Amino acid sequence: MEDIMDLIYAMRAELMVTAILFLLLILKLGRDMAHDRLLSIVQLLLLVSAAVSFLPETDGRYFGGMFLTGGLAGFQKGVLATAVWLISLLFSDWLKKSAHMTEFLVLMLSSLVGMYFMISAGHLLMFYLSLELATIPVAAIAAFDLGRRSSSEGAMKLILSSGLSSGVPLFGISLMYGATGTLEFSVLSQRLDGSGLQITAFVFLLSAFAFKLSVVPYHLWTADVYEGSPLPVTAYLSVVSKGAVAFVFTSLMYRIFAPLQHIWYDMVVVLSVATMVVGNLFALRQDVLKRFLAFSSIAQMGFILVAVSGQSVASVASVTFFITVYMFSNLAAFGVAAVLEGKGWQRIPDLKGLSKSNPILAWTMALGLFSLAGIPPAAGFFGKLFLIGAGAEKGNWVFITIAGLNMIVSLFYYLKVVRAMFMDAPGETAGPAYVPASVRFGLIVCAAGIILTGVLPWVYRDISSLIP
Amino acid sequence: MPQTALILLIPLLPLLGFLILGLFSRRISGPLSSGIATSFIALSAGLAILLAHGYFFEWGSDAAGFRQIRALDIPWLIFDRDLRIDMGALVDPISVMMLLVVSVVSLMVHVYSSSYLKGEARIPVYYAFLGLFTFSMMGLVLSANLFQIYIFWELVGVSSFLLIGYYYQKPSAVAAAKKAFIVTRFADLGFLIGILVLGYEARSLDFLTLIERLTAVDDPDFQALIAPSFLGCSAITWGLALVFMGGMGKSAMFPLHIWLPDAMEGPTPVSALIHAATMVVAGVFLLARLFPVYAIAAPDILNWITGIGVFSAMFAAIIATTQTDIKRVLAYSTMSQIGFMMFSLGVSGQGGEAGLGYMASQFHLFTHAFFKALLFLGAGSVIHAVHSNEMVDMGGLRKQLPVTHLTFLIACLAIAGIPPFSGFFSKEEILMAASQRSPWVFGAALFTSGLTAFYMFRLYFRIFWNRPAGEGHGHGEGGAAMVLPLTILAAATVLSGFIPFGHFVTSDLKPLETHLHPAFSIAPVMIAVLGILLAARFHKNASDRAERFAASLRGLYTAAKHRFYIDEVYLFITRRILFNGIGRPAAWFDRQVVDGLINGAGTATLALSHKIRGLQSGKVQQYALIFLVAVILLALAAISRWT
Repeated sequence: MEDIMDLIYAMRAELMVTAILFLLLILKLGRDMAHDRLLSIVQLLLLVSAAVSFLPETDGRYFGGMFLTGGLAGFQKGVLATAVWLISLLFSDWLKKSAHMTEFLVLMLSSLVGMYFMISAGHLLMFYLSLELATIPVAAIAAFDLGRRSSSEGAMKLILSSGLSSGVPLFGISLMYGATGTLEFSVLSQRLDGSGLQITAFVFLLSAFAFKLSVVPYHLWTADVYEGSPLPVTAYLSVVSKGAVAFVFTSLMYRIFAPLQHIWYDMVVVLSVATMVVGNLFALRQDVLKRFLAFSSIAQMGFILVAVSGQSVASVASVTFFITVYMFSNLAAFGVAAVLEGKGWQRIPDLKGLSKSNPILAWTMALGLFSLAGIPPAAGFFGKLFLIGAGAEKGNWVFITIAGLNMIVSLFYYLKVVRAMFMDAPGETAGPAYVPASVRFGLIVCAAGIILTGVLPWVYRDISSLIP
Repeated sequence: MPQTALILLIPLLPLLGFLILGLFSRRISGPLSSGIATSFIALSAGLAILLAHGYFFEWGSDAAGFRQIRALDIPWLIFDRDLRIDMGALVDPISVMMLLVVSVVSLMVHVYSSSYLKGEARIPVYYAFLGLFTFSMMGLVLSANLFQIYIFWELVGVSSFLLIGYYYQKPSAVAAAKKAFIVTRFADLGFLIGILVLGYEARSLDFLTLIERLTAVDDPDFQALIAPSFLGCSAITWGLALVFMGGMGKSAMFPLHIWLPDAMEGPTPVSALIHAATMVVAGVFLLARLFPVYAIAAPDILNWITGIGVFSAMFAAIIATTQTDIKRVLAYSTMSQIGFMMFSLGVSGQGGEAGLGYMASQFHLFTHAFFKALLFLGAGSVIHAVHSNEMVDMGGLRKQLPVTHLTFLIACLAIAGIPPFSGFFSKEEILMAASQRSPWVFGAALFTSGLTAFYMFRLYFRIFWNRPAGEGHGHGEGGAAMVLPLTILAAATVLSGFIPFGHFVTSDLKPLETHLHPAFSIAPVMIAVLGILLAARFHKNASDRAERFAASLRGLYTAAKHRFYIDEVYLFITRRILFNGIGRPAAWFDRQVVDGLINGAGTATLALSHKIRGLQSGKVQQYALIFLVAVILLALAAISRWT
């Protein structure tokens, strides 16, 4: 009995979200419930599940080492749940108006469960299955703007490219099994010796992460999918999906693939530089707010690779901290973008004079962008600082300088938006936008998150202490 | 410690003003907002005076000289046992002096602005930004560690950016704000790397600990630290050089000075506060804060600082003689004077008589703050009256603006170094320190002070004498709110030179007795008088003497008038080299690859409307191809290298 209770506690995050998922399905079968009420219930449950995920946890192995738990995994799951909760708040307007809200939520939560399992995976097969569970539902919700062809096209391209990006690593997993005779992480890391077959298997496996993180040159799908998908899906893809993959990637590189470190260090450096540079070039020319936010997130992933290259406890801690901050900052910007999209403002020039027509929105957006750009004292500054600090431990100063220069370039386009909001005269269509209460609440949470994670000294320290 | 509350209130009051005005900016009228902001800053200035009095005369010193007091110490980020960042407030002679300068000048600017900006839009926003700036600057001077100072350093940059761009309808103002931000930000990158290097090598970011560790000459650890390790210099030297690069950016030292003249697009009172008295001396302050470290651990850098300071001082003074926009003349004169402060630190040593340069630099910082703020506010008053920045629109204004005329004259005499005005005393000390170190530096400094007298009096005569530019246009002086700050600053300019500064601010915190040497003073004063007479001959009355003289020096004159084409050099580097070398290929990539993809998406959408087959537009296959090629190339590269 105690074992069962123990298991339930260990899997509480997965179970909670699955329960919400089934609840939604059952409610969908019965009589139609008003979207308003349904959404409020889901929001409340998501908040509870996020809170529950953050509860302290000890290390554990379940199902013969397939499912691992630990303090860090609990924290990361909590961050993802918080992000999904914030998405449900910030895009509540869009959700309520959608004819298929229940389906949307069910698909999104299925993908979330997939990510949970991915974080807890202790076996390459388990990892592969959960990666698929996390990806396939997203392709379905990317097609959710049923009236728009670009939405269906984006979804189609996502599923096709994902097919490739899961085929190649699956091949890599089989090679890995052939080379080492095991797929269990704890055993695998002891049998890695850097033979040609292992390197091939590793590179194939790496491509799955690179694809999901939109690392250059695996990023090509991003343009079409982000452009076509509805705004909440773009936000989900660029925050939750990337965040989860970044968590897993960093931990795996640090814990499991450490013996191959001398091999992958150069790869990660090359990919990181390419991603920062190309991502910045992409973002520089964007005029549409959604595309701008989505592309700037590509460059951010390049910075995560900087930390990964450091291969230390600080890498894992700094990536976890950075994703937490990045979630608040990016969602603040996406939330404001959603409100403005409701007014028909989608381009950066439409934001001119926003500080006068909608000061609260403008300040929230500016806070989010400052944090993304890494300007102190917003939390994003510390996020970047820790990332680069973790990367600097290897003493590759050329690499670190390139990263620093890219931070300055990114400043340019983030400030471009701030300038439009604060320094340009308002356009003719300017006027106050209506901000629903739940959206306002979501924005306040994001803003508070940005400030508090930066100011409170123990956040980073506590994250570090979670890493074994 | 009972003084902690007093010290913290000084920066927090302007912050409070910022918060109130920032939150309610749309509901408060202009006059009310200026009243609120002014009363906060007045309170803050009062407390700063109280603090200065208490610190210097009552509780600040003991037998060993002035104490460096940590008034506040909050643990904040702890990296490991050694390396930690604490939020603190460091009270010592320079921070107390700077608090006094910042709060008093800020108060003058607040009062002055209420009349100067009458009728402008967004006045509450303006005062909110002023409050933010004042708070950040005070936070900067009180910072107890490098990291904290960096945060305030950036905050100062942001608020300066906002204030320069206050006239946001003017494209030139927006461009200037951006330029200032980007140039200083570039310098700050060096600063940040410097901080990281110092933190890593010296295992501390705290100023007092850093100074203690990096000045312990007998300690073997210290000897190991200053041993050359990278390109012939120690890591500490590199770190200190990079930190100084941050200071060069903020203090507009050559070649990072290009933002300062453009920053004159901001409202004139802002220029007085930020670009004359406070923010631009942040670099000097930073250097002074870490001075013992520079002097003992990296004396090579001090030579560089001397070189850069002397060159900037002379370079800016030459340009100033040719500019016709009165605010630009003042901007270059600021750059030149900061050059004086810089090289004065550069020629100084640590402690005792050798520390004369340090004392002189801080003394000049102190007196300069008052007379340069006065000059800017006077220029503002002139601009207010004639609605133009150009000298051709001025002339013969001494009847129309009697108070401005008199106070401006006092400030000009002070900056030219004529006794008994304050600039004379501080510049004398600088020249003395320079003469003890090197005849070259002394000669250059002497020549530059002659130039200073010349261009300042050129400015003075062109504004207040010369041919009146037009009859009866413009109006007289602004109200009491504009005249009062001028008068107070003029009084400060006259009196501040008599402060025995060496008793209060020295490199080793012990009093330093300084003496005036009348024999030594003769040459500088004579040269200044010569400069004034030359300016009077050229510019007092309308004549073509100045033009003829300029024509005889055509090449040099044109080059100086175009500010030695430094902006053009930057443009050449950014436009031609960066653009062609990086931008063009990037643009090509953009057009061929990125646009290709986007256009492909558009084509695909069109095709989809005809046939579902249109989805297979070839683009997804292309993605797949790139994906596979990347995987295979990576695998091949890794295998060939490691097996």
